[in-house]
Amino acid sequence: MTLDIQKIRADFPVLDQQVNGSPLIYFDNAATTQKPKSVIDALSHYYASDNANIHRGIHALAERATTAFELTRTKIKEFINAPSSDQIILTAGTTGSINLVAQTFGRANFSKGDKILISNLEHHSNIVPWQMIAEEKGAVIEVIPVDERGVLDLEAYRNLLDTSVKLVAVNHVSNAIGTINPIAEMIQLAHVHGAKVMIDGAQSIAHLDIDVQALDIDFFAFSAHKLFGPTGVGVLYGKRELLESMPPYQGGGEMIKEVSFDGTTYNELPYKFEAGTPNIADVIAFSAAIDYVNALSKEALFTQELALLAYATEQLSTIPGLRIIGTAPEKIAVISFVMDGIHPQDLGVLLDKFGIAIRTGHHCVQPLMKRFELPGTCRASFAFYNTFEEIDLFVKALRRSINMLQ
Amino acid sequence: MAQSIQETQEELIEEFGLFDDWADKYEYLIDLGKKLPSLSDDLKTEENVIKGCQSRVWLHAEKQGDQIVFEADSEAVIVKGLISMLIRVLSNHTAEEIMKADLYFIDQFGMSQHLAQTRSNGLLSMVKQMKNYALAFSAK
Repeated sequence: MTLDIQKIRADFPVLDQQVNGSPLIYFDNAATTQKPKSVIDALSHYYASDNANIHRGIHALAERATTAFELTRTKIKEFINAPSSDQIILTAGTTGSINLVAQTFGRANFSKGDKILISNLEHHSNIVPWQMIAEEKGAVIEVIPVDERGVLDLEAYRNLLDTSVKLVAVNHVSNAIGTINPIAEMIQLAHVHGAKVMIDGAQSIAHLDIDVQALDIDFFAFSAHKLFGPTGVGVLYGKRELLESMPPYQGGGEMIKEVSFDGTTYNELPYKFEAGTPNIADVIAFSAAIDYVNALSKEALFTQELALLAYATEQLSTIPGLRIIGTAPEKIAVISFVMDGIHPQDLGVLLDKFGIAIRTGHHCVQPLMKRFELPGTCRASFAFYNTFEEIDLFVKALRRSINMLQ
Repeated sequence: MAQSIQETQEELIEEFGLFDDWADKYEYLIDLGKKLPSLSDDLKTEENVIKGCQSRVWLHAEKQGDQIVFEADSEAVIVKGLISMLIRVLSNHTAEEIMKADLYFIDQFGMSQHLAQTRSNGLLSMVKQMKNYALAFSAK
């Protein structure tokens, strides 16, 4: 299946605009993806027609809202091939999902001297929640190193694994440099030593096929907004026996079975972990994003993105003094780069004047920037709606910006 | 007598008014950044770093007579150009003049929308820090 990119672009209203007098070129997809019109319409339709609080109401609106809400859960289950919908916990985002696991699984399972393995590629969201619970429990965090290309050192990983490792928490894909980590192999190795594995899928969910059962993942987290859905919705998948054994996280409505002043019994999965009124509208609209991706061929989307990556890498390599950071053989469509003698922020400011949105800075991975001895990078990240012409315009604007700054 | 803070702002607005094109404005700003003398390494201390900027910015102030003199530096040249303008406007004035100064020139550049949010937080942090120095010196 070949994609009709112009037809696809017409589905994303935000792309059709001028920024600072030039057509918008949106290359900040790793930060958040744009939304198809069907998602925007679903959001507005929900508030215009169905708005009601879910699960407890007996009236028609509550019924419709509940059905639509739970339908999203089913679609998520199918999207990542989870065995059952009640293993899909809806959260506020990837960060919320990771904190949930740290505060429940971590609180119940970590003790003094236990090890948590993370990697040098992690986003702060997959570092800080572990530091917080490790400090509380006296557990120790150890870090899997990366090489010059930004590839995890699997030999070092093997050496770090032993029976004191309770959890391995790594990202599937690096947000800053695009490396795809060999999670199948890493999970298998962790399981040999009895360690559980939490995969931060924030950057892989829109760019790789995810099958949580085939990969034997214990916990998988991602955000809807990086999969063309609304902000404020996240997913936590967990294996049933793990989720059932974990204590609840936040207390409140929805998560209880019975409350008395003598004590409370908790609801079943997934509601045990979903205290309070959830983000109903955005969860329902997320359904439209999943439908959108499913209606196109995932393989065709990924092929388009990799072609953009290859072309951009080739074009950027022709600029003297430009260095690409992150040259792993397996990457998604993310390019981080630095320019000799020019601060990334200056390039970001000037590219914005050309209507081009990239990200500059440390990308919430300060330890990785330290590893490469850089204050930050410029990062261009693509989605299937980006075009080769946009890359040409970007490279042209980049050359002009460099000339202005040198 | 040295010119007032308001006069310098008017002068800058006039200088930038000469450019129609954004690229020319930015080239001028970059040029200002390049011309601002670098801060010596012993003044690039953690203490002098202004928080809230995407690039590191250092600001140093000292009192000469009844006037405050600012020196500053940044890793990013556009930010350095902005600092250069702030120094031109605020340096060599008394603490009271600096504290009272209404810096309207930033809004009149046709750059304020561009420097909004994350980046101007850096710019606003710089102004705030300069005024803090003035306050600290006036208390002495």
